Amino acid sequence: MSQVKEGLLYSESHEWVRMDGNVAIIGVSDFAQSEMGDITYVDMPDEGDALEQGEDFGALESVKASSELYAPVSGTVVACNTELESAPELINKDPYAAWIIKVEISDKAQLAALMSAAAYAAKIGA
Amino acid sequence: MAQFPFFPHTGEDVSRMLKRIGLSSLEELYADVPQEFLYRGEYDLPSALTEAETKARLEELAAKNRKLTVFAGQGAYDHYTPSVIPALAARSEFLTAYTPYQCEISQGTLRYIFEFQSMICALTGLDVANASVYDGPTATAEAARMCVASTRKRNRILASAALLPCVRKVLEAYAVFGGYALSISDNPLSALDASVAGVILPSVDKYGRVCDLDGAADAVHAAGALLVLYCDPSALAVLRTPADWGADIAVGDAQPLGMPLSYGGPYAGFMACREPLMRKLPGRIVGQAADGEGRRCFVLTLQAREQHIRREKATSNICSNESLMALWATLYLSLMGPQGMKELNAACYRSSHFLRDKLLATGLFDAPLEGDFVKEFVLRPRVDARRLHKYLLDKGFFAALPAEEGFVSFCVTERRTRAEIDALIAAVEQFAGEEGK
Amino acid sequence: MSYYDKLIFELSKNGRRGASVPRGVGDAEIPFGAGTLWRETPPALPEVSEPDVVRHYTRLSQLNFGVDSGFYPLGSCTMKYNPKVCDEVPALFAGLHPLQEEETVAGARELLAETERFLCAVTGMKHFTFSPCAGAHGELTGLMILRHYHEMRGDTARTRILVPDSAHGTNPASAAICGLEPVTVPSGPDGLVDPEALRPLLGPDIAGIMLTNPNTLGLFEKHIKEIAAMVHACGGLLYYDGANLNPLVGVLRPGDMGFDILHVNLHKTFATPHGGGGPGSGPVGVTEALKPALAAVDGRVSAFHGNFGVVVRAYAYLLMLGREHVRELGAFATLSANYIKESLRDKYKLPIDSVCKHEFVFDGLLDDGAREGVPGATTLDVAKRLLDYGFHAPTIYFPLLFHQSLMIEPTETESLETLDEFIAVMRKIADEAAADPMLLKAAPHHTPIGRPDETEAARHPILKYTPAA
Repeated sequence: MSQVKEGLLYSESHEWVRMDGNVAIIGVSDFAQSEMGDITYVDMPDEGDALEQGEDFGALESVKASSELYAPVSGTVVACNTELESAPELINKDPYAAWIIKVEISDKAQLAALMSAAAYAAKIGA
Repeated sequence: MAQFPFFPHTGEDVSRMLKRIGLSSLEELYADVPQEFLYRGEYDLPSALTEAETKARLEELAAKNRKLTVFAGQGAYDHYTPSVIPALAARSEFLTAYTPYQCEISQGTLRYIFEFQSMICALTGLDVANASVYDGPTATAEAARMCVASTRKRNRILASAALLPCVRKVLEAYAVFGGYALSISDNPLSALDASVAGVILPSVDKYGRVCDLDGAADAVHAAGALLVLYCDPSALAVLRTPADWGADIAVGDAQPLGMPLSYGGPYAGFMACREPLMRKLPGRIVGQAADGEGRRCFVLTLQAREQHIRREKATSNICSNESLMALWATLYLSLMGPQGMKELNAACYRSSHFLRDKLLATGLFDAPLEGDFVKEFVLRPRVDARRLHKYLLDKGFFAALPAEEGFVSFCVTERRTRAEIDALIAAVEQFAGEEGK
Repeated sequence: MSYYDKLIFELSKNGRRGASVPRGVGDAEIPFGAGTLWRETPPALPEVSEPDVVRHYTRLSQLNFGVDSGFYPLGSCTMKYNPKVCDEVPALFAGLHPLQEEETVAGARELLAETERFLCAVTGMKHFTFSPCAGAHGELTGLMILRHYHEMRGDTARTRILVPDSAHGTNPASAAICGLEPVTVPSGPDGLVDPEALRPLLGPDIAGIMLTNPNTLGLFEKHIKEIAAMVHACGGLLYYDGANLNPLVGVLRPGDMGFDILHVNLHKTFATPHGGGGPGSGPVGVTEALKPALAAVDGRVSAFHGNFGVVVRAYAYLLMLGREHVRELGAFATLSANYIKESLRDKYKLPIDSVCKHEFVFDGLLDDGAREGVPGATTLDVAKRLLDYGFHAPTIYFPLLFHQSLMIEPTETESLETLDEFIAVMRKIADEAAADPMLLKAAPHHTPIGRPDETEAARHPILKYTPAA
C-alpha cells in the first residue's frame, strides 16, 4: 500500500510539492517510486532553468522503464538534489525526503490546481 | 517437388500439425485474410536452384566485376584483413546469435562489445563508446542529433565542407526532416552563435590532411556548443586524440580496421563521448555487472535511453548495431596491438608519400596542398581528371579518383606492394607522355 | 558452456603481437610522436599473440547461443536457420570499392537489380532502395520518402502519423526522428486496429499510418482493406513495417493490400544471419507513384550502397528458394506457430484466441504457483528457466498490451521434433512453476552465469576496461 504524506500537495502525474516560503520543493510520491521499481538514474534540469507548469523537467529511469517528470508549478529552478546523481535509490528509500528540485514559483495561484493528500490518496486508491 | 533443405516439414508432419490445430489445410491458416488479397499469380522468381547452381550463379556474377588495384579511399580503405578475423567471426555462435537480450547465454557477444567499447575509448581518448551503429556517416548524423538533445533550445549544426562527401551527404539527408538545421561551410567556426548546438569537423579531411584543431574546442565551447570530430580509427592510433583536441564526441567508420571493401558494406560506425553526455549517446551500450554469486559478467545497460523503452521520446530510433563488424574491429585491434598499428600507419605514410612524390615528378600535377597526411592525398591534375582516371582504370587501377574542386584523390595502404606502386607510376608517366604529344 | 572470465586486455603482455605488418615503400621520415598533430602515448590496446587471440575468442564464442546452437523462438525477430552457402558467397565481392564506376561492378549491379526484382515479386512493390542498413533504418528511410512525397505535392501540413499501440518501439521513434508526431491508435479487444477507432483520428494533418501486418500479436489486421481506403481517402499513405513479413511470403503481398511503402528485414525474412545484433539490411520498397520520392533518399542515408554483403546473402537464399519453395515459406511458419500455441494453451494464458500467423503472445502462466508468502513465477522466470533446458527464450514483456507478454515465433526452419521438444519443456516448466515457483525464480541454474544485478550496473555504469591499479 502506497503511503501518502499529509501536508503536501500532489499533481496528477504523481509529483509532490512542499512550500517553503516562495519556493516549491518537488519530489515524486511513494506510489510513483513503487511503480517505477529500482530507480537507476534521475535526469534533472539545470539551476536557473525556467519551467512552465505541466512541462517535463526531467525523468526517472529504471532498468526497463523511463518516466517523465512534469513541473507541478511554473517558476525558476533554484536547486537540484545533487545527492541523487550518485544515489538515485534514495527516492526508493524515502520518496518524501528525497526531493528532486526546488523551484521559485512565479504564480502562487497555480497551487490551487494541485490535490490535497486526501484527494490524491483517493485518486490512487491508497 | 523436392523437399527444400531448410524446411523440415514432411507431408506427414504437416498433417499431424494441422490436426492438432483443428484445421484440414494450410489455406485455412489464412481464412481471416480478405480472400481477394491471396496471391494467385506466379512469383517472378527463378525456379529453385541447388546449392551448387547458386554458387555458380554468384561466381558468374562476380566474374562480371573488374578486379582493380585500389589506390583510392574517400571513406573506404583497402587494408589487409588477417586470416584470424574471418575464421573467428564465422563461428556460428557469434554469427547466428541475435542481440544479447538473454545475457546468461550471450556473454560472448557482450564481452567482445565491452572490449570494442574499451578499444574505441583507447583510440579516441574519450570516456564512453557505444556498441557501434550502422556506419560512419550515420554515426555523424546521430552525433548531430545528440548535440541538439544535449543543449537547450539550440538546433543548428555547423559542419565543415572538408568532411568526406559520403558524410556530408548523409548529414544533409537526415537534416531535411531530422530536427537539426545544417549549415556546411569552409569555416564553420566563424558562424558560431547562440543557436548552434554542435560543430562537426574532420580529424583527417577529405583531402587526406591531418587537421590542426588548435583552438577549435575553445571556440565551440565558448559559444555553448559541442564539438564533434569525424575520425579514421586506424589513423587515431598515431594521431593526437579527439579528447586531446577537446572534442565532446568522436565518430567515424571502423571499416579501416581490417574490414574488406565489400562494395560499401557491411562496415560499422563508432561513437564515443565524454562522460556527462553518456545518457544521450544512442545505440546499445554494454556495461559490467555481477551475478548473484559475484561473478563478473556483462549486460546491455542504460537501456532507458532506447527506443524500445522511450518510444517517440528516444533520442534515436536505432535498434540494432553492427555487432559482427564490431567483433571484426575488436579482433583486428587485438591482433595488431599498439605496435602493429603504429607500424601499419608508418607503412601507409611511407608508401603514400613515395607515390605522391613520384606523381609530382611527372609534371602532370600542380603543387600539392600544405599539410601532412597519413595515407590519402589529393593532387590537381593539369589535364582532365576524368580522362586520367579512366586511363588508369583501363590499366587495372582504381586511382586518381575525381574529387571536388578539380582534385583527384589517391590513397596508399600497407597492402600496396612496391610492384603495384611502380606500375601505377609507370601508367601515370605513360599517360603524361601521351598527353604531351 | 562453462564460466570464463578473461578480457583480451587481461591477456596482454608487453612486446607480444598477433599480426605482421609490411614496412611500406620509400624512406619518408615518420613524424609520429613529434609536433602537435600526433599522439604522444600509444593507445592502450592489448598486446597479444595470434594463439592468444584465437583461444580467447573461441572461448567467448562458447559462452554464446545462436540459431546453430538450438531453437531460438524469439518473437518478432524471425530467428530462422541461415544457410551456409549464403555466408560463403559475399567473399566473391570483397575487393570491390564502393566508388567504382558502374561498368567495373557490372556483376554487383546485376545482383542488386535482380534482388530488387525478387523483392518486388514477393512484396508487390515496384522499386527498392538498398541504402538502409537495418529495419529501423528502413523505417526512417521509408518515412523520409513519405514526407518527400507529400512535400513534392506541396502538401506540407501532414506532420502527424498514426501508429497502433501494439507497434514496435522503433515506429514512434522513427516517426519522431523524421519530424512526425506519432498518434497512437488503440487496439480493439480482439487485438486489431478498429476502423471506427481510426476514423476520428484522420484528417488533413495525417501523413499516413505505420502498420505491422500481421501485428506484434501475430494477428492479421483483417480490416486492412477498409483501413487502406480510409487513410488514402484522407490523403495519407500506408507504411508497412516488414518486421513481420515472414508469414505473408508466398501467400499474399503488402503491395496488393494497399501499402505504399515498406521495408524488408533481409536478416529476418531472407535468412541472413543476425550477427549478434547486426549487420542487417532494410531495403525499402515503394509503389510506382512514389518513385520520385524514393529517388530523393536513395543512396543518401548511408555511406555508399547499404550493407551490400548482406544483400548478397539474401540474393543467394532467394535463388535457392525459387518460385516453388516461396509458396511454402509463410505457410510453414504460420503452421508451426499455431501448432505450439494449441499445444500449450492449457498451461499458459492465451489472451486472444484466434488463428495466429508466424507468432503469438501468451500472457504468462495459467498457474504461476503463487500462494501465501510465495510470489508466483513470472514471464521472466519462465524465460530464464528455458535457458536451463537449452532453448533460447521467447521475446518477453513485449508487446506492452499485456503485463506478462511471452511472444513465441518458431519460424519455418524448425522440425516437428524440435517443436515437440520445446512444447514438452514449456509444459514441464509450467508444472514446475505450479509446484515450486522459487525453482524458476532462481533460474537459470546451468548457464555460465546467473542473473546479473542490472540495477547496480545501470546506477554505477562501468562501460570500459580499466587496468587494475
